[in-house]
Amino acid sequence: MNSGASTPQTPSPSEPAPKGPPAPMVQFRGVMKRFGKTLAVEKIDLDIEEGNLVTLLGPSGCGKTTLLRMVAGLETPTEGDIFIRGRRINDVPIHLRNLGMIFQNYALFPHKTIFDNVAFGLKYRKIPKEEIAEKVSRALQMVRLPGVEKRMPSQLSGGQQQRIALARAIVIEPDVLLMDEPLSALDENLREEMRREIDNIQRMLGVTTIFVTHDQREALSMSDKIVVMKDGRKQQEGGPEEVYNRPSNHFVADFLGHSNFEWGKVQEIEGDRIQVRLDNGHTLWAQTRGERGDWKVGDAVQMMVRAQKFEVHPRGEVEAADGVNIFEGTVIDRSYMGGEVSYFIDIGEEREIHVISMMRTLIFSKGDRISVTVDPKHCHLLPADDETAREAETKKAG
Amino acid sequence: MEQKAWKPWALLAPSLSAVLFLLVIPVCFIIVYSFWLRAPTGADIPAFQFGNYQRFFADFFYPSILIRTIRVALETVALCLLMGYIPAYFFYRTESRHKSIFLILIMLPFWISFIIRTLSWINILGDTGLLNHVLLRMGIISEPLGLLYNEGAVLMGLIQYLLPFMILNVYVSLEGIDRSLVEAARSLGSTEWQAFREVVLPLSLPGVSAGCLLVFVLTAGTYLPPMILGGPGNDMIANLIFKRVIGTLDWPFGSAISVILLGILGTIVYTYNRYLGINQIFKTFQ
Repeated sequence: MNSGASTPQTPSPSEPAPKGPPAPMVQFRGVMKRFGKTLAVEKIDLDIEEGNLVTLLGPSGCGKTTLLRMVAGLETPTEGDIFIRGRRINDVPIHLRNLGMIFQNYALFPHKTIFDNVAFGLKYRKIPKEEIAEKVSRALQMVRLPGVEKRMPSQLSGGQQQRIALARAIVIEPDVLLMDEPLSALDENLREEMRREIDNIQRMLGVTTIFVTHDQREALSMSDKIVVMKDGRKQQEGGPEEVYNRPSNHFVADFLGHSNFEWGKVQEIEGDRIQVRLDNGHTLWAQTRGERGDWKVGDAVQMMVRAQKFEVHPRGEVEAADGVNIFEGTVIDRSYMGGEVSYFIDIGEEREIHVISMMRTLIFSKGDRISVTVDPKHCHLLPADDETAREAETKKAG
Repeated sequence: MEQKAWKPWALLAPSLSAVLFLLVIPVCFIIVYSFWLRAPTGADIPAFQFGNYQRFFADFFYPSILIRTIRVALETVALCLLMGYIPAYFFYRTESRHKSIFLILIMLPFWISFIIRTLSWINILGDTGLLNHVLLRMGIISEPLGLLYNEGAVLMGLIQYLLPFMILNVYVSLEGIDRSLVEAARSLGSTEWQAFREVVLPLSLPGVSAGCLLVFVLTAGTYLPPMILGGPGNDMIANLIFKRVIGTLDWPFGSAISVILLGILGTIVYTYNRYLGINQIFKTFQ
């Protein structure tokens, strides 16, 4: 065994990056992964800037974990290249990649003390003993668990174990921190605390982080950039607000938040205001915000409205004011959620919409006939021939 | 509410009585027998004397068989460990779809009688056996090699009998090791070998320890491989007991040897658990 060759070194760019400097920290170029006949990841191109926290978000089986594991070196891409600091790492063995990885189940070494766990990565980096002790104690302070060096992992709670795993990953000063659903094994209350912890530490260290999750709240609250994935393909890439407010297709709109979809045709265009005749018989205005404004009269569209954006009123109590969409319906189901009330409202033509109302002073009951209003600003238009929308429809029908 | 403390005992009764009647009472008989006297007429005389034990330690003949037994058992343990860890590790790491078939193959030998399996070595290693026959035909040797009736043949018979026990014990222990631990170790900068040494090996020690103990105890008490594959000088302690009890019908002396073997094995198992039982800690950590 050649111990010299196994010491991780600071990667030096051995190949020029495909783009001009400064190169993004991590680059995916046409990355594809096949397991036998199943295509896990399909032609992914993605840049991750230094210091950013990027979330790979999607349902299980969407390829997000496979993509992460390819960065780690635990899977090899079938096609395409992955670059870290502009250096192609496809053929670099795992232990020379200088990455910190955090697992769902913490993956602490059960037979080693906390000190030995955290110091594990430092052992292979030719660091003097005193310095190791110092780094370990600093890392433990950073995760707010100082003084636990002599304990065993089993003596710590799940949340504490995940902090130790975080300390173990950051103590080696990795180029990239990889997190594979790090919060999903924790219970609800701990999860929020740990999420903030990870967020703070990531910002403090400025370490480039790839975070895999299926939880939209985690993704929206901590990411610089979210990459929404489905069936091995990238659906949308952008900041949390962009992805939430301007979803690029039905799937993204549906996956993030509670959305309502109605199909229809563009009837009239007045500047940035577009009137849509919906298949359910209603005519609603949508106001575009500059983007995707290339609609023509007669275009088939789907209108997406978040459940929180509707307002419910007793029938007849709101006037049809100009520029506000108003239509009538009947409450068919209601659940009181404490902070909000969730309604399912029959709007005719066998269509129902989901409305989440923050208004707690006036609560409607089942069978109440109501009026619903929605600001055109919150009516978002997507092309009707979106593939993900068709899939969703066939799934509902089946 | 009425305490129904007898209920668990009722459930345990069948197995407890089996252990009592088939194991505890016979062992007590053996212990009692070991103090009896053997009359020249052939009838045994109830007594309480240590003559049988004195006879065992009177000269070096019997203790040397005991020492040989322990040596052969240790050799078997070492060889089984070496030959068993590698396939067990392979089963742990393989991503083959046929993994379950491999595991069934490990158990396959148990479907054939142990005696038949041991006897079959005669057909392979004997003077007119397969190996010598092939070598003679090929002209590599001019007369048959004495492959049978020596310690090597005995070891081979013991290994083919005990190897599956070692493999399965180690495998079960390996299978309990979360694979992400290896991935974590690798991502932190260790090579495959370093990750094995630092993570997999220590965490597999409970299985290694259990496998070694099992192989040791089974070897120390077995008499078939030395009887079938060994020569006159390869007798182990169980062969001695067999010969005394079945051959010369000397029950008191055979019983005394049994008690000595029981005592020695008991001490070894106790000590082993006392000092190596520490490995159980690893199990609780998982």
